[in-house]
Amino acid sequence: MDGKCGIVGEAGLQFFGRITASVSHEIKNVLAVLNENAGLLEDVVLMAEKGIPLDTERLKRMAGSMERQILRANGIVENMNRFAHAVDEKVQEVDLNETLSLLVALTRRFADMRGVTLEPVYVDSRVLLISNPFLLQNLLWCFLDFAMEVAGKGKGLKIVADADDRVVRIRFAGLERLAERDTPVFPSEREMALIEALEADFSVDPEVSQVIMTLPRRRYI
Amino acid sequence: MKKRVLLVDDEEEFVEALAERLSIRDYDVTVSLRGEDAIEKLRNYNFDVVILDVRMPGMDGTDVLREMKRIKPLTEVIMLTGHATVETAIEGLKLGAYDYLLKPCETEDLVGKINRAYEKKAEHEERIRDARVKEIISSPRAALKGD
Repeated sequence: MDGKCGIVGEAGLQFFGRITASVSHEIKNVLAVLNENAGLLEDVVLMAEKGIPLDTERLKRMAGSMERQILRANGIVENMNRFAHAVDEKVQEVDLNETLSLLVALTRRFADMRGVTLEPVYVDSRVLLISNPFLLQNLLWCFLDFAMEVAGKGKGLKIVADADDRVVRIRFAGLERLAERDTPVFPSEREMALIEALEADFSVDPEVSQVIMTLPRRRYI
Repeated sequence: MKKRVLLVDDEEEFVEALAERLSIRDYDVTVSLRGEDAIEKLRNYNFDVVILDVRMPGMDGTDVLREMKRIKPLTEVIMLTGHATVETAIEGLKLGAYDYLLKPCETEDLVGKINRAYEKKAEHEERIRDARVKEIISSPRAALKGD
């Protein structure tokens, strides 16, 4: 058991590290845009001091860009905050749609880098399950990371959630390369440790190019 | 003649603002949001300096640099990285990049590096011209050879 706890702990740290590194990269990109706009403003002022008339359209464009980047950064930080709070409680009520939505927001940059388009499909009604929020995010990330690897470039990766009274299922579909011989081993020891910790289950079906994760739930609203 | 700069970065608002700042400083600036597009532009036009983001969707900066050095080895490339580590930049330098900068960067630092990279390219081209002239002088038939 200690060995598995160690694997789960290590997986959690790796997951946390990857997400926070990605968030920091996104924030750097926002700062780079704001930095250039601040510099451009300086340039425009210098030009005005030399007698070149102010271009108000240019100033409006700059203001619009800065506003958009501030909104973008605000969204990034809010998501980071929600992610950080996932470790507050070991067991709590978790909203499936919110969890999926947060994961997609946190990992969209990884998908972009791989040329994969994420297409989440949420459940119609609010679905709650009793789980460990951080481990759940971690396991979802492991599945998503693998799914992006075998989706291939330019492919749409569908993440479809559904639920009944006993379980929730998250289906990763559109995995065109799942049947290829050189696909990575999945699930690995890390995923198996998380699956066991969450009492989850899984299936890998190359014929229909999908992987399914199943989790128990205790309550329905 | 204006220095010809190609800016390659997937952050559209970043390259637009930077392109404006460089244009104000009298550079001839072209923008590309994807590595594949940048390579196509480089194939069709002789840029002096390329400013290249290290991490981009699709073809990433290192692969773009490799291909750029293959098709236009004299064009100097300055890498822009948002990463806190310099490992990616070091790999770029080993592949022939002129230098690197961390984002966000001071525009005057970037301008300084662009100008030095341009001078390096100009000197290199001058040496190539000199070598060709010497070749023609020593062997007039050499003038009939293609590039």
